[in-house]
Amino acid sequence: MQNSEILSLIKNKFPELLAEETPHGLVIPKTNLLDVARFLKTELGFENCHCVTAVDRKDRIEVVYHFYSFTYHFMLTLKIILSMNDLTVESVASLWRSADWLEREVYDLFGVRFLNHPDLRRIMNPDEWTDYPLRKDFKREDFIPRPVSPGLKG
Amino acid sequence: MGDLVTINMGPQHPSTHGVLYLELQLDGEVVVGCKTHLGYLHRSIEKIAENRTYTQFIPFTDRLDYLASMNNNLGYCLAVEKLLNVAVTPRAQYLRVIIAELNRVVSHLVAIGTFAQDLGAYATPLFYAFSDREKIVELFDSICGSRLTYNYMRIGGVSGDIPAGTEQVIKDFIKYERKQLIEYNELLTYNAIFLARSKNIGILSKEAAINYSVTGPILRASGVKWDLRKEEPYLVYDQFNFDIPVGTVGDSWDRFKVKLDEIEQSLRIIEQAIGAIPEGNPVSKVNRVFRGTGEIYLRTENPRGELGFYLVAEGGFNPTRCKIRSPSFSNLSALEELIKGLNISDAVCVLGSLDIVMGEIDR
Repeated sequence: MQNSEILSLIKNKFPELLAEETPHGLVIPKTNLLDVARFLKTELGFENCHCVTAVDRKDRIEVVYHFYSFTYHFMLTLKIILSMNDLTVESVASLWRSADWLEREVYDLFGVRFLNHPDLRRIMNPDEWTDYPLRKDFKREDFIPRPVSPGLKG
Repeated sequence: MGDLVTINMGPQHPSTHGVLYLELQLDGEVVVGCKTHLGYLHRSIEKIAENRTYTQFIPFTDRLDYLASMNNNLGYCLAVEKLLNVAVTPRAQYLRVIIAELNRVVSHLVAIGTFAQDLGAYATPLFYAFSDREKIVELFDSICGSRLTYNYMRIGGVSGDIPAGTEQVIKDFIKYERKQLIEYNELLTYNAIFLARSKNIGILSKEAAINYSVTGPILRASGVKWDLRKEEPYLVYDQFNFDIPVGTVGDSWDRFKVKLDEIEQSLRIIEQAIGAIPEGNPVSKVNRVFRGTGEIYLRTENPRGELGFYLVAEGGFNPTRCKIRSPSFSNLSALEELIKGLNISDAVCVLGSLDIVMGEIDR
């Protein structure tokens, strides 16, 4: 199984989709993510969402999904490109439970908001934080003034 | 239904295996809700990777899963080697396999010892496991000079050859450990109290395990016969005979048993590899400084599951992005569902059987 085969299968299913193949995975528009993801899971057998992460390219943020198929022994790399003034994308946590925490991590470190996520909170850093530390424009000097934590509740 | 009580378990708690904080909602002694709070050990290692050269980052991978430092070193070095097209000598490949499997044995021994401790088998199994572990730790000390954070693998090989006589030490250890495994089985596996505490507790179904992207021994305990060393062999794993132990139900006992059986399989691999180490240089002639472009996502089979490194390089001396997909992170995400409806003492059992290391969850 190859990226190009997956791409042609996706194009057969969604003829109007503007998907393209790059050397490092498929790139699809963010509006079609949920449809394509559902198609990948239910019909192509990508039952494992192995990794969700993001890459800051300074002018844009790429959200990178790694889906794995046990049947084909194939790891698919799917990318969504987000412009810096609209960092929102549909959540795939309703399809793969593993995406829940992985998306929370991307939200915490990059500030990408996942729409319809069951519980979008920061996962590593304190909830009161407003910075996104893995962005390229994050300054390390800003790290010093730590927010005061209200302490453990309960 | 009485009033619900919220209890903070952790971040400082002997059974949470690190600084994990569980906010448990209890109805009497039954857990009805659980909220997991992470991040107490967050060091932003992924950001550090962006500011270090490829070689400089190797010691930081030791601090991820600190019970299996060699395996982390290996996963990272393999990813960089694939990204930058660095060749590895055959001798280094065999040494890497032996060292990685020895570290798997160590890691599983700690898992078994602490799991028994969690179930109330106070001290004895833990001391047995740790005295076995000590033998390998001392061996690693003689090979690379450290006992916990080894920093032994290099891009293009290993940092140095094994000292003379190491092969005999390993052969003796295999003989010794096989006897010890019988002891563990007598002491724990079919012990009535141990069975009562762990059998049918925290059952993780096959479908749920795949949906949560659970990997490693926990996935295999749920009945999925899946091991990267077998299915997508890296290094020279395709040259060895070994079996993949699988569980039947996916309960805490199965997760324990799979780990115990994997020790035996690791010993088999080491036994075959030790007799076949080719002569030659364990370090290939490579540049001191690496740079390149591209993207790579590479997974290796760590003791706790599949460790993935996603490296993005844009031509500089350091990677643009280094995402570490840690096995414990995904394994722990299944906890909230697993412990609902169980007693709080069984929640400790489930958490112990998941065998998490906070160092690689928080990163």
